[in-house]
Amino acid sequence: MPNDLSSAVSQRPALAALDDATLASALRRMHLIRRFEEVAEQSYMRGLVHGTMHLSIGQEASAVGAILHLARDDYILSTHRGHGHCIAKGADVARMLAEFFGKETGYCRGRGGSMHIADLDTGNLGANGIVAGGLPIAVGVGMSIKAQKLPRVCMVFFGDGAANEGAFHESLNMASIWALPIVFLCENNQYGMSMDVAKAMAVANVADRAPAYAMPGVTVDGNDLPAVAAAAAEAIGRARSGDGPTLLECKTYRLRGHSKSDRNLYRTKDEIDGWRARDPIARLETELVEHGRLDAGRIAAIRADAEREIGAALEFAKSSPAPDPDQLTRDVYAA
Amino acid sequence: MPLDAPATEAGVRTLSYAEAIREALAQAMEADPRVFLFGEDVGVYGGAFGVSGDLFHRFGADRVIDTPISELGLAGAAVGAALTGMRPVLEIQFSDFATLAMEQIVNQAAKIRFMFGGKATVPMVVRLPAGSGTGAAAQHSQSLEAWFAHVPGLKVVQPSTPHDAKGLLLAAIDDPNPVLVFEHKLLYRTKGPVPIEPYREPIGKAVVRRPGRDVTVVATSIMALRAAAAAETLAQEGIDAEIVDLRSLRPIDTDTIVASVAKTKRLIVVYEGVKTMGIGAEIAARVAEHPVMRTLAAPIVRLGGADSPIPYNPVLEKAAVPQEADIAAAVRSLVQEGAR
Ligand SMILES: Cc1ncc(C[n+]2csc(CCOP(=O)(O)OP(=O)(O)O)c2C)c(N)n1
Ligand SMILES: [Mg+2]
Repeated sequence: MPNDLSSAVSQRPALAALDDATLASALRRMHLIRRFEEVAEQSYMRGLVHGTMHLSIGQEASAVGAILHLARDDYILSTHRGHGHCIAKGADVARMLAEFFGKETGYCRGRGGSMHIADLDTGNLGANGIVAGGLPIAVGVGMSIKAQKLPRVCMVFFGDGAANEGAFHESLNMASIWALPIVFLCENNQYGMSMDVAKAMAVANVADRAPAYAMPGVTVDGNDLPAVAAAAAEAIGRARSGDGPTLLECKTYRLRGHSKSDRNLYRTKDEIDGWRARDPIARLETELVEHGRLDAGRIAAIRADAEREIGAALEFAKSSPAPDPDQLTRDVYAA
Repeated sequence: MPLDAPATEAGVRTLSYAEAIREALAQAMEADPRVFLFGEDVGVYGGAFGVSGDLFHRFGADRVIDTPISELGLAGAAVGAALTGMRPVLEIQFSDFATLAMEQIVNQAAKIRFMFGGKATVPMVVRLPAGSGTGAAAQHSQSLEAWFAHVPGLKVVQPSTPHDAKGLLLAAIDDPNPVLVFEHKLLYRTKGPVPIEPYREPIGKAVVRRPGRDVTVVATSIMALRAAAAAETLAQEGIDAEIVDLRSLRPIDTDTIVASVAKTKRLIVVYEGVKTMGIGAEIAARVAEHPVMRTLAAPIVRLGGADSPIPYNPVLEKAAVPQEADIAAAVRSLVQEGAR
């Protein structure tokens, strides 16, 4: 049984840097994401929702850790695998799930669906169905922040696959020459659909490309919440103080398939199991208990609370009204 | 004529199309700190076609921004800046290079508002020098405006006069939606009267350049000028052509077209873009779907670009897009056919 004093001494700096309330809220968001996606998946299996979805189960530490030190009015741009980013930034899971169900009460009034959830009130400028679609937009957000002299930063998420799009290179270059307040956050989950990152890229890490744009490049264990938070804090600080962009790479893994049609033909069960053993939520909980930061009872309560919130969200989504077809073209143009 | 030339009556001067655009940019930037111009070589160089001219010296490097050669990135930067409170004006050096920026223009700019359920606006302007006639061959001479007019969420305009170049650009900058302004390269040096005060021409309104009784010629961009010139020749032959300058492809002003056709009972559409699957088909279909169709005295005629890339050889290049004589000939035969 560790006592408080000895555990505090043995804690690594990345963990010690986070106070209990912050850790509890981070853990809660990780559980919200996990539960949200489990419920989304079940709803899909049961035929309650159509279309497709991209689950980030297994990647919760990178979403929550990266966003932990962002302020509400800082911006994020997200990806097709974006539920985690959205929840981490503070979105209402009920409106998210309603969007997933295509309902009028959803974030996009049922027009966007899983891949296009945006929540401008929390600085979330939207997920994106186009691989690397958010990267050039981030450049403009950075220009905008600078022109308006706002104390904000923009964090743009993208995958390892996106790093091979031309948009990645154009955007990092422009962000660097103009010293824009951007954190380029790559979630390297080892695959772009079925394509192994090692086959798709000539360098070992996405962050290895940072020197080509004269910006710092950092690779962290993306399943380690305190480590991600610490690395992100540094990158956010650099952006906020006018020292320009950072390329931060979180090495992680999606435990589910790419989307609903994935039969996992390109990876082994052993590999998946190996990463399951590094589940970011279990890992954080173990460490928190070990160091006496949150006890098992508190953790169980956090999880139960997240499950309750998602349960209520599901009811809201199911019972919400569908959009009216007469309103189809209402928001094509702004008046 | 320089911009600071003394104003004539009611503050109207003769300016070139390029000068009119520059004046609009300057007035927009003076009036609104959110407006900025960016693109390849728009700074000290003054723009590939000299449109930005001295704006860099007047507004500084923060508002007239030279960029790397990164069209996709730049179009996305316009989206991001527009989404977060700025009013970006992007110059794509040649409209052909918009092909590299299609993703951001078509998938992002056009759809963000809709996808987000009406919560966001993307008030950005893209200026695109377009068209043939400069000997720049197949990759620097295209008229791709119809591609963009096919996309809900975008607005697409094609000014044909210095007056409209200024008025439509100021309207585009004011507009809360993404607006693409296709400027014809051969028009940059053409001159015309331009009021010194800022003013807006409505996006989505065609204008009758020349009233006539016998035939309606709907024309876009430089074709409106060629059609007007052809109409003078035709007038001497006793053919009275009405010239409708479309000005805006999206939204499109069906009412003005239909009203004109109702009067003349004949329609010819003239445009530089490739004829097949082009603007002419859309206009012809709109008229065909309207009851006015029953009153037509002759079939509808489309006069568009050849089914060919724009060639280098100047004789071939002219042959690839409608010229004044082609328009005159097409109108003549249409009117004569109707009389038969
Ligand atoms: C421009 C573009 N190309 C292809 C696709 C189809 N697609 C969707 S996600 C994806 C894989 C993306 O890989 P990565 O960037 O690593 O993100 P991950 O899915 O691993 O989170 C592909 C190929 C797309 N949506 N957009
Ligand atoms: Mg990936």
